[in-house]
Amino acid sequence: MTGSQFGVFGIDPWWLVLLKALAIFVMLVLLTLFTIWWERRVVSRMQNRIGPNRVGPFGLLQSLMDGFKLALKEEIIPKAAHVGVYWIAPVISATAAFLAFAVIPFGPTVSIFGVETPLQLTDFPVSVLYVLAIASIGIYGIVLAGWSSGSTYPLLGGLRSSAQMISYEIAMGMSFVAVFLYAGSMSTSEIITAQEPIWFAVILLPSFLIYVTSMVGETNRAPFDLPEAEGELVGGFHTEYSSLKFAMFFLAEYINMVTVSALATTLFLGGWLAPWPISLWESANTGWWPLLWWLIKVQIFIFVFIWLRATLPRLRYDQFMKFGWKVLIPASIVWIMIVAAARVLRNDIELSNRQLLIAGAIVIAVLLVGSWFAQGALDRREAARKFIRDEIESRPFEPMAGGFPVPPMPGQQAVLTTRRSTIPVVQQEAIDG
Amino acid sequence: MTEVNLGEEIVFWFSGGLAVLGALGLILSRKAVHSALWVALTMINLAVLYVANSAPFLGMVQVVVYTGAVMMLFLFVLMVVGVDSSDSLIETLKGQRLVAIVLAVGLAILLVAGIGAGLTDVVPVGLDEANGVDGGNVQGIARLLFTDYLVAFEVTSALLITAALGAMVLAHRERWLPRASQEELSKARFTGTGHPGNLPSSGTYARHNAVDTPALLPDGSPSAQSIPGPLVARGDVRPVDHHDVEQIESLDGGSK
Repeated sequence: MTGSQFGVFGIDPWWLVLLKALAIFVMLVLLTLFTIWWERRVVSRMQNRIGPNRVGPFGLLQSLMDGFKLALKEEIIPKAAHVGVYWIAPVISATAAFLAFAVIPFGPTVSIFGVETPLQLTDFPVSVLYVLAIASIGIYGIVLAGWSSGSTYPLLGGLRSSAQMISYEIAMGMSFVAVFLYAGSMSTSEIITAQEPIWFAVILLPSFLIYVTSMVGETNRAPFDLPEAEGELVGGFHTEYSSLKFAMFFLAEYINMVTVSALATTLFLGGWLAPWPISLWESANTGWWPLLWWLIKVQIFIFVFIWLRATLPRLRYDQFMKFGWKVLIPASIVWIMIVAAARVLRNDIELSNRQLLIAGAIVIAVLLVGSWFAQGALDRREAARKFIRDEIESRPFEPMAGGFPVPPMPGQQAVLTTRRSTIPVVQQEAIDG
Repeated sequence: MTEVNLGEEIVFWFSGGLAVLGALGLILSRKAVHSALWVALTMINLAVLYVANSAPFLGMVQVVVYTGAVMMLFLFVLMVVGVDSSDSLIETLKGQRLVAIVLAVGLAILLVAGIGAGLTDVVPVGLDEANGVDGGNVQGIARLLFTDYLVAFEVTSALLITAALGAMVLAHRERWLPRASQEELSKARFTGTGHPGNLPSSGTYARHNAVDTPALLPDGSPSAQSIPGPLVARGDVRPVDHHDVEQIESLDGGSK
C-alpha cells in the first residue's frame, strides 16, 4: 500500500518500527496499571471511601503488586475443560487488545534519533476498519473461554457477550460512516487532519453519542457488563479461569477500554489536535506536545467509564438488547441518511445556509405535527389493548367452545376435573350415597 | 510474470499454508466446534493474503464479516448439535470415504492444471495501475459498486433482507394477548396468590447448607417455603435437629 498520501508511513527503518511497537506495548501495560488504580481511587471517592493508598505514593503501585500476586497464584484448570481451546482463549483476547493500537495516532511528525517519523506505528487506507476487524477477533477470546471451560455459567456468559458485542458492533460501525463521509477517508491520520478547523464531535454529535454508548457495550463495562454479571453468572466467561490466564483477560479488558477511548478521541475529538484555548498557541500542534493533549482526552473518556460504573445499575438483558437493536441501530441509519442527504445538497445542489435552515425548520415542524398524531394513535392502541384484555378475562371459560374441547385462554381459569380414581374410597362412597 | 519480492513470498507461503491447514482441520476434526474454529483460521489467513495483494478493503471486510459468520456457525453448533457432540466413525455408505478422497484429489488436479494453463500467457497489468485508476483501492471499489455493479449490489441487498425477514417470520410466535407491561406484572405479583418476592432460601441454618435443609423461622420452626416442592413431595426434607437449636440458643446467652 504505497499511495502518495501515505508516503510518511512504511518508510521507517526497522529499528524505529521495533522501538515504536515496544513503546506502544509498554505504554498500554502502564496505562492498564494506572487505569486500575485510577478506577479504584475514583470509585472509592464516589462511595466516600479512600481506596488503595498503601503501596507506593498514593497507592500507585497497588495494581502492580496485585498483578504479581495474581500471576504467582495457583492455577486451577477444570477437568471438563477443552484444554487446547482453554489455553488459547486468553491469548487471543490479550493479543487482539494490543493489535488494535497499531493504527492509533499519538501525534504529528516528530524527530526520533534524527529520523523524521509520525507518532504512529502504521496507517493505511482502511485503518478504522482494521480496528473493527481486530475487535471482532477479540470476541473469540471471550466466547471460546466460555465454551471451553466446560461449565454452565461461563458458557452463558460467553454466549451473552457474543450476542452483545455483535449487536453493538453494528451500531458502532454505523456511527463511523458519518465520519468517513465527512473526512473522505478511513485512515486514522487523515481523519485527524480533516478535523483541523472543527471536531467531528461537534458537527456529528449524534454519531458521537451513538459511538460512546456502543463503546461501553463493546467493552463489556458497567452498566452493560452482562457477560460477567456477578449476581447472575458468577464471573461469566472467566469464572473458571485463575492465575495468569485470568490476568490476561483482566489486561485485555482494560486495554480495550483504552483502545475504544483512543478511537473515540481519533474519530470525534480531533485526536492529538490541541483543544480550543490551547490551539491559539502557535506551536500547540507540533513536536511532542500533541501526545499530552491525546493522553488527556483519552483519560477523560476513561474517567467517564469509571463514572458510569460508579453511578448506574446494570441493565436487564432484554432491555439492553432492545436498546441496541430498536434504538441505536435505527437512530444511526436515520442519522446516516440525513448526513448523506446534507452532503449531496452541499456538493451537487447550490444551497445557501439560509435555505438549508429553512428546510430544516420545515422538517422539524412536520416531525412535531406527526408526533402529535402518533401520540393519538398510541393512546387509542393502548385503550384497545386494555379493552381486549378485560374482555377476554371477564369471559368465563367454556371447555367445549364451538363444540370442541379447547384449552383456556390466558387469564381464564380452567375448571379442574377430578378423576374417580384419585378420590379416597371413603369420599367415593359418600358421593355414591 | 511480475516479479515477487521476498516479503511477499514469505507472506504467501505462511498464510497460504495456514489457510490450507485450517481447511484440512475443518474436514478432519471430529468436533463440530473445532471445525468452526478451523474455518476462522482459514478466513483470517485469506484476509492476510488479500491485504498482501493490495486489496486492504476486501481483507478487512473479510475479517469483519467472516468472524461474525463463523461466530453464528459456532452458535448454531451449540444450539442445534449440542455442546459436546462429536461425529461417529461408522461409515453408513460403504467405501464413500475412499471415493470422496479420489474425487477431491481429481478435482484439485483439474483446477490447478486448468487455471495454471489458463494464466501462463496472461500479462498482469499490475496492482498499482488497477488501484490507481480512481486514486486508491477503496475509491475504486466504491466507484464500481455504485456505477457498473449497482443493480447487482442492490439485488444482493434485497436478497439478504429477504433472508432476514424470512428468519423473523419463521421464528414468529403469535401473541394471544397484548404483552403485559412491567406495571401489570408487578400488580399481578402482589395481588395474586403467589409469593410476591424471593422465597426464603434453604440451608440458612448454621450447620448445613444443602437444599434439603429448611430455613428456620424466628420461633425455631422450619419454613416449608424454603424447600423445593419436589423434595417435599419425595419426603426428602432433612428434619431439624432440636439439639442444634438449643445449642445455638445457649451460645447466644439463652435469649430468644
